[in-house]
Amino acid sequence: MNQASEFFTVGEAVADAKAPAGPIAERWEQRRFSGRLVNPSNRRKLRVIVVGTGLAGASAAATLGELGYRVSNYCFQDSPRRAHSIAAQGGINAAKNYRNDGDSVHRLFYDTVKGGDFRSRESNVHRLAEVSTEIIDQCVAQGVPFAREYGGLLDNRSFGGAQVSRTFYARGQTGQQLLLGAYQALERQVGAGAVELHTRHEMLELVVVEGKARGIVVRDMVTGDISTEMADAVVLATGGYGNVFFLSTNAKGCNVTASWRAHRQGAYFANPCYTQIHPTCIPQSGEHQSKLTLMSESLRNDGRVWVPKERGDDREPADIPEADRDYYLERRYPAFGNLVPRDIASRAAKAVCDEGRGVGPGGLGVYLDFADAIGRLGEPAVKAKYGNLFDMYERITGENPYERPMRIYPAVHYTMGGLWVDYDLSSNIPGLFVTGEANFSDHGANRLGASALMQGLSDGYFVLPNTISDYLADGPFEPVPDTHEEVVAARKAVDERIAFFLGNDGDRTVDSFHRELGKIMWEYCGMERSEEGLTKAIGLVRDLKDEFWKRVKVTGKAEELNQQLEKAGRVADFFELAELMCIDALHRTESCGGHFRAESQTDDGEAKRDDENFSYVAAWEYATEAPVLHREALEFEYVKPTQRSYK
Amino acid sequence: MKFSLRIWRQPSADAEGRMVTYVLDDISEDASFLEMLDVLNEQLIAEGEDPVAFDHDCREGICGACSLVIDGQPHGPQAATTTCQLHMRKFKDGDLIDIEPWRAGAFPVVRDLVVDRTAFDRIIQAGGYISAPTGTAPEAHSVPVPKQDADAAFTAAACIGCGACVAACPNGSGMLFMAAKVAHLGLMPQGQPERHTRVLGMVAEHDASGFGGCTNAGECSAACPKEIGLDVIGQLNRDFRKAAVRAA
Repeated sequence: MNQASEFFTVGEAVADAKAPAGPIAERWEQRRFSGRLVNPSNRRKLRVIVVGTGLAGASAAATLGELGYRVSNYCFQDSPRRAHSIAAQGGINAAKNYRNDGDSVHRLFYDTVKGGDFRSRESNVHRLAEVSTEIIDQCVAQGVPFAREYGGLLDNRSFGGAQVSRTFYARGQTGQQLLLGAYQALERQVGAGAVELHTRHEMLELVVVEGKARGIVVRDMVTGDISTEMADAVVLATGGYGNVFFLSTNAKGCNVTASWRAHRQGAYFANPCYTQIHPTCIPQSGEHQSKLTLMSESLRNDGRVWVPKERGDDREPADIPEADRDYYLERRYPAFGNLVPRDIASRAAKAVCDEGRGVGPGGLGVYLDFADAIGRLGEPAVKAKYGNLFDMYERITGENPYERPMRIYPAVHYTMGGLWVDYDLSSNIPGLFVTGEANFSDHGANRLGASALMQGLSDGYFVLPNTISDYLADGPFEPVPDTHEEVVAARKAVDERIAFFLGNDGDRTVDSFHRELGKIMWEYCGMERSEEGLTKAIGLVRDLKDEFWKRVKVTGKAEELNQQLEKAGRVADFFELAELMCIDALHRTESCGGHFRAESQTDDGEAKRDDENFSYVAAWEYATEAPVLHREALEFEYVKPTQRSYK
Repeated sequence: MKFSLRIWRQPSADAEGRMVTYVLDDISEDASFLEMLDVLNEQLIAEGEDPVAFDHDCREGICGACSLVIDGQPHGPQAATTTCQLHMRKFKDGDLIDIEPWRAGAFPVVRDLVVDRTAFDRIIQAGGYISAPTGTAPEAHSVPVPKQDADAAFTAAACIGCGACVAACPNGSGMLFMAAKVAHLGLMPQGQPERHTRVLGMVAEHDASGFGGCTNAGECSAACPKEIGLDVIGQLNRDFRKAAVRAA
């Protein structure tokens, strides 16, 4: 299937032209030296647009402002502090080796490449590991209240399958505290006049002029005004696209529109099928469900996962004796037990539920049991560690997890795929940079726990501000008038789409389409994918998309706060993305990381990679007929690909 | 479950608003409050009416976007719970529920239940940070922080900036929000150099933004979904007095 088919064509290979050579530990230093700089007095002549205010966006906007560039920062929320990074619970990795347990930059690099199932770039991942230590220093200096030991030094924990304790955390709210640190740095620059902040503004189109990204079209979500904002460079820090599944752990507003609009303008979209399904979420309770809530992975440090040994055993969990329980992770993966990586834990949960041994409504759940931990450590110690998570569980389910095991089930959580970028975080459109979850570059086919916060801040604080200068050194670029044909065309596209939605004589709500699309994606492009299922899904998505454009109903006007109109545009883009995700998943006939193909598994049901045919990044180019596949070959000089084993 | 909802409808900032009654049937007790409103909106769209606008995003109690006064209480009847985490099982079948936006001079209504809280961002701009430009940081372990200080700082920093404190305050004061940030940063050794300028700057912006003064009513803390305590206000007052004397 990695040859052209009815669904796609194959174009020329793509290469990361900015990747430096030489010993891996010296590449980042070398690139910082070889990249050109911008004289401090010239920086104020250069305008940079940053879209998004999560960890990757706020940190980039603040840092670029500190450096002296003129920054315009946009977010669709009412405040930058609401960006979804705020919800990250577990922690942030850094190779500080404060525990003297054998950690090092090289080990974090190694673990991340291996954890990504050998589908990421060695150079990028090594840089991430190097920068990780600076991030902790930076956040501590900002006053981020990390957990500390009695001696006043920073506490660490082991997280998500790591055998060293390298995860820094702030109770179960690490993302919140890191984001507030970046948000405060950003607001400081806003107060200083270095950053212009535009909240409740949504980017609806990218403006490309003479091959360069030069601006964006935004809608003021309160007044409905459409405006064109021009700059010397555009940075997208617009997050992931997990909401294509409708139900996910993402915030309701998370969407792919900014990335997708850039993709339609020529930016390659890489590895869209790499989706992370998180094993520990609260199961769905009914059709009204609007999102799924994550229970931090840190719970697996002390909780034990099990289901009844027999199908149809509907006794209360407390009434099921040890002999009748199957602690299936401990049984199948004795070395890592409950701490196996996310993709493995998720698939194992699906497997036992598919066997009919799931618990709770619909049999879609497994127990996460703290009885042993409470017996060993006492309830107060468990409460101190996980109290806020237990409270949240009780609020949502009405059950007390101190007395009754939690029920959990996997849910879509993170998307490793995203816009293709080179080592400088530049997309293939000059002047368009992509950071954080919105790009594809560091996690390969599977992201390890506590690595998303690390990557977002690495990109925003340390990587992009150093690499973007090489591009901006050629600026300031010729001003683009509002009357330029590309600008007019971009605005027109936005105006027409809005006019269509409001004028369409439809009878179905946007949400009803989104829900149905999500079900198709979860069924056929979720935890397990097959040729038959994916082929079917492409047909279903196309049919539903046609129906969407015929029957979608949006009330209200354009010149007002209109939440249905906002949603309609986002769901329209999700339809196109969904099709590309299925095509990408279909063409990749191997299993790797979060992408599990039913046809490619070992005798004992583990994912089987196909390095000979698929050791590449799939970078997709938009085309009206069928997308074009550009392959970027992956080379591994330092970590030799092996079959992952957590047994 | 069946509910009657009386909801504040206001088409735009300048338009007049009023309470409108809707009846909703067949709601699951496992639905969250916002999911209940989703169902209402689907129903309204089907009938060709404008759906009710409300702010929401993460729906897991951490982003601080959701903001409804439910039966007179910001975030509703359940303690330490944001609206998005409130579930219908906390209500009785057949209940009449009043739903209003935050009401405070500094938070003008944008539409229906959506208000403008950018005044909070301005307070942060006026000093709610530690000046530590990227790259200037010393090694993280160079400054130990006593665990009790770090824990207390975290407790204050848990504020989600939702504005329930302002909505609950009879004076529409933003004191608890502001004091939580002053306490968080003032408890960390890194926050000491700017401790005095911070509190002066933030208080000046707070007053300029139209928030009312604090008269120790204590309603803010009772309404806070993150249970930020009144002690942070004491800390702000002490810091403010010291800073004012120094500045004089």
